[in-house]
Amino acid sequence: MNRLVKILLGFLLVLSFTTTSYARDQIKIVGSSTVYPYATVVAEKFGKGGKFKTPVIESTGTGGGMKLFCAGVGANHPDITNASRAIKTKEKALCEKNGVAEIIEIVIGNDGISFAHSVNAPDADFTKEQLWRALASKVDIDGKLVENPYKNWSDIDASLPNKKIEILVAPPTSGTRDAWNSLVMVKGCTKTAKSLYDAEGKKAKKECAKIREDGYAVEAGENDTLIVQKLSSNPDAYGFFGYSYLVANKDKIKASSINGVQPSLEGIQDYSYPIARPLFFYVKKAHIGVIPGIKEFLKEFTSKKAMSNRGYLAEIGLVPLASDKYKVTRTAAVDLNTIKLK
Amino acid sequence: MTKEERLKKRHRAEKRFRFYGLTSIFVALLFVVILVQNIFSKGSSAFKKTVITTEVFFDQELLEIQNGASQEEIMEADFYDIMIENLIKTYPAKDRDEEDELLKLFSGDAEIEIKKAFLNDNNLIGKTITLDLTASDDIDQLHKGNYPRDLPEERRRISDFQLVIYDYFVENKKISKNFNNYFFNNGDSRDPELAGIGGALVGSFYSILICLLLAFPVAVLASIYLEEFAPKNKITDFIEININNLAAVPSIVYGLLALQILLATIQLPRSTPLVAGITLALMTLPRIIIPCRASLKAVPPSIREGALAVGASKFQSVFHHVVPLALPGTLSGTIIGLAQALGETAPLILIGMVAFVVDIPSSPVDPSSSLPVQVYLWSESAERGFVEKTSATIMMLLSFLIVMNFIAVYLRQKFEKRWN
Repeated sequence: MNRLVKILLGFLLVLSFTTTSYARDQIKIVGSSTVYPYATVVAEKFGKGGKFKTPVIESTGTGGGMKLFCAGVGANHPDITNASRAIKTKEKALCEKNGVAEIIEIVIGNDGISFAHSVNAPDADFTKEQLWRALASKVDIDGKLVENPYKNWSDIDASLPNKKIEILVAPPTSGTRDAWNSLVMVKGCTKTAKSLYDAEGKKAKKECAKIREDGYAVEAGENDTLIVQKLSSNPDAYGFFGYSYLVANKDKIKASSINGVQPSLEGIQDYSYPIARPLFFYVKKAHIGVIPGIKEFLKEFTSKKAMSNRGYLAEIGLVPLASDKYKVTRTAAVDLNTIKLK
Repeated sequence: MTKEERLKKRHRAEKRFRFYGLTSIFVALLFVVILVQNIFSKGSSAFKKTVITTEVFFDQELLEIQNGASQEEIMEADFYDIMIENLIKTYPAKDRDEEDELLKLFSGDAEIEIKKAFLNDNNLIGKTITLDLTASDDIDQLHKGNYPRDLPEERRRISDFQLVIYDYFVENKKISKNFNNYFFNNGDSRDPELAGIGGALVGSFYSILICLLLAFPVAVLASIYLEEFAPKNKITDFIEININNLAAVPSIVYGLLALQILLATIQLPRSTPLVAGITLALMTLPRIIIPCRASLKAVPPSIREGALAVGASKFQSVFHHVVPLALPGTLSGTIIGLAQALGETAPLILIGMVAFVVDIPSSPVDPSSSLPVQVYLWSESAERGFVEKTSATIMMLLSFLIVMNFIAVYLRQKFEKRWN
C-alpha cells in the first residue's frame, strides 16, 4: 500500500516536472484543411534539411486555426495558421486583444474549385447562376421566392441534360464549402432574389448560400477521397472539391466547364476560371527568434523551388502565384513585413 | 383448437424463433466477413514495397570525399549528384525531359538510401554496388496492380514514356517487391511510399502506457474501497450511479474536458501522448471500475469470513485474500478498457493529435499522432498510395485489439477460480 502511494506520488512529480520544463523547439502550425497538404509537403522537406525539427501541422479548419492562433503569445500557442481566406476583421480584433500585435501575411498560391463528375459521363458546361439554381434552397421564379422546384437539370435550362440533379456537397465546416458559398452561391444568386431577400429584411448573402435539403443536394462529409469514389461509381452525380483532387484522380473524374472555361493552372492563376481563390498563412512575428526555424521555414515555403511554376507545390496541385504577386509574397517572407490590424 | 393443434402451434413458434436467431447471427457474421475481406484485400499490399534494382557507382569526383571518411564527413557530403548520375543510367533516356520523367520513378528518398549504403561501408569509392531503391508511389501502385494502365495518357498520372521504362524494368527483372520496412519504421510523410506508422505506434504506446499508469491504480483502489470498506448509504449510492453514468458518457466530452482543463488551464503541451494518456485515463476509469467491482463481488463472502475468523484484520482479509482472487477479473477488465482507449479517436481530435508529425516521438511530451488518428488522416489524403496504407493501419489496429482481448480472455480462463 505504502509503495503504491509512493509510485503514484513519484509519477505526479515527474508529470509536474515535464510540464514546467516544457519549451518548444519545433514549429507548430494549425489551420485550414485546404492548405494542409501543401504545408505538410514543405514541412517535410524542411525537416529533411536536417537543421531543424519537422514542424507539426494540425488540420483544424481556417476558423478554428484563427481562434488558436489569436489566443496569445508563447510556446503554448501556435506559430503559424493556415487559411483558405484572408483574416477577418473580427479575428484581427481578437488577435490584438490577446497581445498578438504583429502578424505576417503570406499568400502561398491559388486554389481552384472544380465541379466534377465521372469520366464516363458526357462533358458538361454550367454558368454560376445555373449552379446556384440547382443548389439553392429558395430560387426566384416570376419575381417571387419559392422553394427550389427543379428536379432535372433541363428544368433549369433546356440546353442542360434531362437528368436528375444530384450533387454531393462538402459540409458547412469545410473551407471548400466556404469558398463555394462565396464564389458560386453568392455570385450566382440572381439580382431579383437578392432584392427580394433585402425586401424581407434578411441578409441576402446568407440566404443565397443556403443549400436545399430536399434530397437533390447530398451532404457528403469532409472526406474528399470518398466523394471521388462516389462520383466515379455514379455517372449522374456531381461534386465539388479542390483542384488538387482533380489532378490526383484524373483517371476517375473530370471537371465540368464553368462559363465555358475548364479549370487549368493558368485559368486559376489569372482568375479567368471563375471559381478560384488565393490561399494564405499567417505568422506570429513575436515567435520569430523564440521558436527556432520560423524564418528559415518561411524562406523554404516561399522559395522558387517550392512556389514557382515548376516547384514541388505546383506538382501536387497548388496553382502558383503570378510573378508580380510572387515578388510581394517573397518580400513579405524575407523582410517579415507585418499587416495592419486596424 | 384441439390440444394437438395448440402443441403444433407452440412448436412452430419455437422453430420460427430459432430461425430468426440463426439469421441474425448469420447476417452479423456476413458483415464482419465483408468488412474484414474489404480491409484485407485493400491493405495487404501495403506490407510490400516496390523496389528498383539499381547499380550505383561511387565516383570520387562527384562525392569529394575519401575512402574511410568519418561519419560526420559522410553526413555532410552531398549525394545528390551521385544519385542523379546513377539513376539516369538505369534507362537510356534521350533528353532532359525524359531524364526528369525517369527520375520521378524513384522515391524522394533515393539520395538518402544511397547515403545509407555508403554509411554502412565507407570503402565504396570507385566501386559499383547493386542497391534496391524504393520506387515512387505511382510506380508502386502500378506494379501492385492498383492503378489502371489502359487509359488515355492525359488521364493517367504515369506518362506513356514512363510506362515504356516500367516495361523495360519488368522485362529485365529490375523491379521487384520487398518487405516494406518504411511502413513500420517511418513517421508520417506526404509521399505514400515513405509514409509509415512508426510515429503513430510509439504515440499510441506512450498514450496507453500513461493511461494504464494513471487509470489502473486509481480504478483498483477506488473499486476496493467502494466494494469492501465504504458504508452503504446514500452518498455511496450516488457515487455508484455516477460511475455507471460516466462510463456511458460519449468520449468526445472527455476531449472537451481535456481541452478546457489540461490545455487551457494547466497549459500542458498540445498534440502530446501525455495529454492523450490523461484524457484516455479519465475516459477509461469508470470502464475499469465497473468490471473490477464485479470481480470483487464475485469472491464468495466465506473467504472474507474465514480470514476474519482466524483473526485477520479487515485490511488483511481484503488485501491477502479477496484482492488476489479477484485479480484475474480485474486485469482482464483493465485490458479491455485499454483496448477501447487504443481505438479511440474523438477525444484526441480536440487535444490536437490530428496532426502531421514526421519525427518519431522520443518522449511522452513530444508531439505525436496515434494509430486511429493516422487512419483518419490518411483516409483524407488525395494520393492513391494512401488507400492501401489506410487499410493496412486498420489491420494493425485490429490485430492489436484482437491480441489484447485474447490476453484478457486467457487471463480470465487460466487464473479465475470457479466457485461451485
